[in-house]
Amino acid sequence: MLTLDFEKQIHDLETKIEELRHMASGEEMDIIEEISTLQNKVDKLLKQKYSKLSAWEKVQVARHPERPHTKDYIKDLIEDFIELAGDRNFAEDAAIIGGFGKFNGNPVMVIGQEKGADTESRMKHNFGMPKPEGYRKAQRLMLLAEKYDIPVITFVDTAGAYPGVGAEERGQSEAIARSIDICLGLKVPIISVVVGEGGSGGAIAIATANSVLMLEHSVYSVISPEGCASILWRSADRKKDAAAALKLTAQDLHKLKVIDDIITEPLGGAHRHHKEIFKNVNNALQKELTNLKKLNGQTIMIQRRKKFLDMGRNL
Amino acid sequence: MNWLTDYVRPKLKELMGKEKKDVPDNLWHKCPGCEQMLYHRELVENLSVCQYCNHHLRISVKKRLELLFDGGNYKEIPLGKVVQDPLKFKDTKKYADRLKTYRDKTKREDAMTVAVGTIGGKKVVISAFDFGFMGGSMGMAVGEGILKGAEEAVRSKAAFITIPASGGARMQEAILSLMQMPRTTIAVQMIREAKLPYIVLLTDPTTGGVSASFAMLGDIAIAEPKATIGFAGKRVIEETIREKLPEGFQTSEYLLDHGMVDLIVERKDLHSSLSKLLSHILK
Ligand SMILES: [Zn+2]
Repeated sequence: MLTLDFEKQIHDLETKIEELRHMASGEEMDIIEEISTLQNKVDKLLKQKYSKLSAWEKVQVARHPERPHTKDYIKDLIEDFIELAGDRNFAEDAAIIGGFGKFNGNPVMVIGQEKGADTESRMKHNFGMPKPEGYRKAQRLMLLAEKYDIPVITFVDTAGAYPGVGAEERGQSEAIARSIDICLGLKVPIISVVVGEGGSGGAIAIATANSVLMLEHSVYSVISPEGCASILWRSADRKKDAAAALKLTAQDLHKLKVIDDIITEPLGGAHRHHKEIFKNVNNALQKELTNLKKLNGQTIMIQRRKKFLDMGRNL
Repeated sequence: MNWLTDYVRPKLKELMGKEKKDVPDNLWHKCPGCEQMLYHRELVENLSVCQYCNHHLRISVKKRLELLFDGGNYKEIPLGKVVQDPLKFKDTKKYADRLKTYRDKTKREDAMTVAVGTIGGKKVVISAFDFGFMGGSMGMAVGEGILKGAEEAVRSKAAFITIPASGGARMQEAILSLMQMPRTTIAVQMIREAKLPYIVLLTDPTTGGVSASFAMLGDIAIAEPKATIGFAGKRVIEETIREKLPEGFQTSEYLLDHGMVDLIVERKDLHSSLSKLLSHILK
């Protein structure tokens, strides 16, 4: 597992535990005790560290390559997932994946950015940076969900929309704007979960939702800390300051009433215990779906609009 | 990015009577398009358009509104109060101090002006950006200005025109500036539901989160010649793809070629074009 720079001590202890495990055949009581002592120490350190991560440390956790991605959530939470491809206009863009499936027995439309997990899949998914056709596919799928009166779940995990010549030529701006427009007009519930990085316009295009939830150590921002630092401080080295100033953590955004709830992560972050975060996300999604199911289509749309209109006015 | 490097201050003295003129008449401007030196008085007479290369230089909101409304007459609607610096943002300077500097300099509350008047005799509400105020960046006040413009248009059954001139999000308002993307989109939806015309006049520059929300959702999208319009910054794109950008990339003409705007209209023809258009689409 990739070791983040603030986890060195924890990593060293974990390495030692691994070594001891290899030495022990299962009988040596002293080694087993030693392992248990070290494990307690690791847990204590993780608890200390992860209860007060700085904004920049959260950015690193949110980008951790072994943190579960959209595909992982779909695999665990969605039964009989049928992936649907293409924008019917130009191309298939795998930076956004989507399709129908069942969540706890009920049909849902799932849409999310996928970053990929190894070199090959990262290339295939363009590192989770969608082009206009990705957003247009998302629009098509959202409208399909509305047609069949099926709620939409989106998983948000992107550094941002792809900055490229082709993307600009084909109207990246229009594609994002239209996605927001369609999100806002939809007469079925949309629930968004920021599972990793919520990168600016590229994120909000699929996160203009009735409920926006964030994982405890995920981030959501108008610009990356690196980008912000190089523009406002004229030095990318000030990324830690920028991260703090941007108030991009789930905790800050909840205080600012921009997001609706925070999903607790397992000890040491979602990347350490996938099963546990899947369970927490499942519970949180089910709670939101149950609440929103009580409302009719018009009310769902009005509630979503009102929520965004109130933002900033309610501070 | 220095937002003011190529911003030419309008000649205000004729318009504001007692206002002290801050640009002497003998000042020369360098055209950002062809680098020719332009004599200030001639430039003003030519609506801040270069006589050599037709580059449309940035103009003040006041000048812009006078050009568009019938007889140069309009009424401003005051911007509502919005929360000030809710994040207590500080980079090399406090955001609160930056705001104060720009307010003193521009005598404006923020980068947005909402105005009502007529164009070709048709009722119109305009929400216009002021690039001179922090690069026209979009924060809470700007978002509220777009919403206010839309509400006023619905109330008075007027056409709604937005005129972006903006580098994008107001970074100092961080996530709240991002939230102006859906909020301004709601303004567009209000106009759509009232079946009123929504026209966007894209001016230099229209980029970032501004281009990726209300600015790309016009019923009709008009651009001034050679304006920079796009989502991602050129430098970011060059660093990502490491290729030379195509000729004329992200200009109005490039967007027209790629089907992203309806028409390009020169500044001097904007009033008459809008008048004709409105005569077709607004009762
Ligand atoms: Zn010129």
